[in-house]
Amino acid sequence: MNILVQGGRVVDPRSGRDEHADVAIAAGRIVAIGGVPADFAAERRIDATGCVVAPGLVDLAARLREPGLEHEGMLESELAAAAAGGVTSLVCPPDTDPALDEPGLVEMLKFRARKLSRCRLFPLGALTRGLGGEVLTEMAELTEAGCVGFSQAEHAIDNTMMLMRALQYASTYGYTVWLRPQDRWLGQGVAASGPIATRLGLTGVPVAAETIALQTILELVRVTGARVHLCRLSSAAGVAAVRAAKAEGLPVTADVSINSLHLCDVDIGYFNPDMRLVPPLRSARDRDALQAGLADGTLDALVSDHLPVRHDEKALPFAEALPGASGLELLLGLALAWGEASGAGLQRALAVVTQGPVQVLGTALGSLAASAGALVAGGVADLCVFDPDARWPVQPDALRSQGKHTPFAFAHSGTALPGRVRATLVAGTVAFEGPADSAAA
Amino acid sequence: MLSRRNPQLNTHGELIHLLSIEGLPKAVVTQILDTAGTFLSVNDRDVKKVPLLRGKSVFNLFFENSTRTRTTFEIAAKRLSADVINLDIARSSTAKGESLLDTIANLSAMQADMFVVRHSESGAPYLIAQHCAPHVHVVNAGDGRHAHPTQGLLDMYTIRHFKQDFSGLVVAVVGDIVHSRVARSDIHALSILGAAEIRAVGPKTLVPGDLREMGVRVCHDMGEGIRDADVIIMLRLQNERMSGAMLPSAGEFFKSFGLTAEKLALARPDAIVMHPGPINRGVEIASEVADGRASVILPQVTFGIAVRMAVMSIIAGNEA
Repeated sequence: MNILVQGGRVVDPRSGRDEHADVAIAAGRIVAIGGVPADFAAERRIDATGCVVAPGLVDLAARLREPGLEHEGMLESELAAAAAGGVTSLVCPPDTDPALDEPGLVEMLKFRARKLSRCRLFPLGALTRGLGGEVLTEMAELTEAGCVGFSQAEHAIDNTMMLMRALQYASTYGYTVWLRPQDRWLGQGVAASGPIATRLGLTGVPVAAETIALQTILELVRVTGARVHLCRLSSAAGVAAVRAAKAEGLPVTADVSINSLHLCDVDIGYFNPDMRLVPPLRSARDRDALQAGLADGTLDALVSDHLPVRHDEKALPFAEALPGASGLELLLGLALAWGEASGAGLQRALAVVTQGPVQVLGTALGSLAASAGALVAGGVADLCVFDPDARWPVQPDALRSQGKHTPFAFAHSGTALPGRVRATLVAGTVAFEGPADSAAA
Repeated sequence: MLSRRNPQLNTHGELIHLLSIEGLPKAVVTQILDTAGTFLSVNDRDVKKVPLLRGKSVFNLFFENSTRTRTTFEIAAKRLSADVINLDIARSSTAKGESLLDTIANLSAMQADMFVVRHSESGAPYLIAQHCAPHVHVVNAGDGRHAHPTQGLLDMYTIRHFKQDFSGLVVAVVGDIVHSRVARSDIHALSILGAAEIRAVGPKTLVPGDLREMGVRVCHDMGEGIRDADVIIMLRLQNERMSGAMLPSAGEFFKSFGLTAEKLALARPDAIVMHPGPINRGVEIASEVADGRASVILPQVTFGIAVRMAVMSIIAGNEA
């Protein structure tokens, strides 16, 4: 279908473009940005007046709980949530039930997502069979099935020999290994170690849980030359370690979640289970360092760390509540809010959810790498059209995600998020269209 | 924000639940202690009953086993003329897979007026208070490592009884602080009542430095910890922690941090020694001290009933 997105402000972090222009789309690709040929016959027009036309968002960490909760229609609802949040590509970790350690599972997941045609789905394969940390998976086969990297999700490998072998094997093929740096033993608590956890009587996870794992991983990167993506940093010391590793020239990238970027342990309040998150919320000083790291490029991407949590899994004492929160529909708003508040600006705020994540994915994206996360004539038409001035209060029950739990609920935060998505296009198809009025604001 | 309001106070600042001592206005703490004083005389009468909770149903919900605390709550409720229902949940519904909130919903449907809750997880009573019917009051009888507010209040009652005024007092809390809900409640209560100095005493594995942010002087040496103290609160060392990653042995702990007559001599001559019970003789406290002149361990138990009566009668009189 030929679509014309009219009258919007085109903002593309990769090219630095920021200008008012029409965008013409045909056969799933952008055919022109500005200077639309007079004979372009639009079958569909999207009025983007007052809106920003940006590349579709790329989220490097979203759990869809499938395989596992197919019977609850999780994939349908969560991909609809992604589209409503302007997310056109997402990476899902392998800690599903069963884990993504077999090509057949990956193919089935990709097939089911493609049928829904809401959002591109890029699974990470399990680094070891069953995430057990003992036997390598068939990484080449899994890559052929569609995996874009390999991960242990939350199951840290404490056997350093095994970790080194896994990195060596992955780097044989040039695959990226995605690791969340957390020591298995020190990481067993439910809140960040510190005065808040001590006062509330919650078991703590010290910063050393992150830095010890980081130093181990970085040392093995030096030894093996493997390319590693460090997932969801949580501490100032972690940011400093990544900054030093990058300065040294190690092939590492890193991300931070919307939760760690905006919140800190004080937000736990009176044991609010919506603040039960992994990694745990740390001090305000850590949060500030994460914000600075995202601004200066030490951290490459901002991720939603989306996990739809059912009410019965959250309505429990803090330590027993399932850690996690819905985030796909909040990623854009929280990126923009950070851009405004930190002074990083609109281009950087969009870069960390578009171009940045695409660079992390690198060649694993194949032909998409050239144009995903960017607005390029001739490139794929993955777009997010949003009203930057519309502010909306987060009402958990109104989320499209089946998970109605978020630490950013208006009733708790009292602040509204900027940026209301008006339309999301995936491969030139309208995957989401929001209300044209600003009723939500 | 609404959810950040102290959930145990109503909009008039009156106590509707007792979840933690933290954040209580000094006037509320003093009101509880004063009320407890009036109930002490009830306990000495032949007919040990007052009709304040007549017709009310108090459910003792013990998700974690406890005989002592449950018994004192039961006695307190009965002396207030309430109907008391004891539920040993550790062995019933949750064992069948029922969730905490489903249990609470079912019991609320039985027209409960008050839940006395003990749970192994920090914060569980907050969850219950948030989800039970508005007319139901919740008393925290100990949650994880977080709080044991009635123990904290009875400790304050005991201190006030023997020392009258808090303003000049040096209070040492000794032993396994990191796992102790009693220690946390005592520390909050002592801060609210204006104790001059609160010390947390023990090895680094059991006394985290973060406690300083609660206004506590952290001491890793017993001599420094109890020197010139007016009040020494010894904590129980749980059996499972006596040897392992926290401590090598009960014997070594006793040698360094156990309270002996010799160490007690470092405190002020009129110092009192307290313990929430049950005591481990020869582990945290020597028998000669536990049974000695300075010990007020048994008066603590007596005061505990009056304090629990005070708490239950006050919250039952306030509306959400």
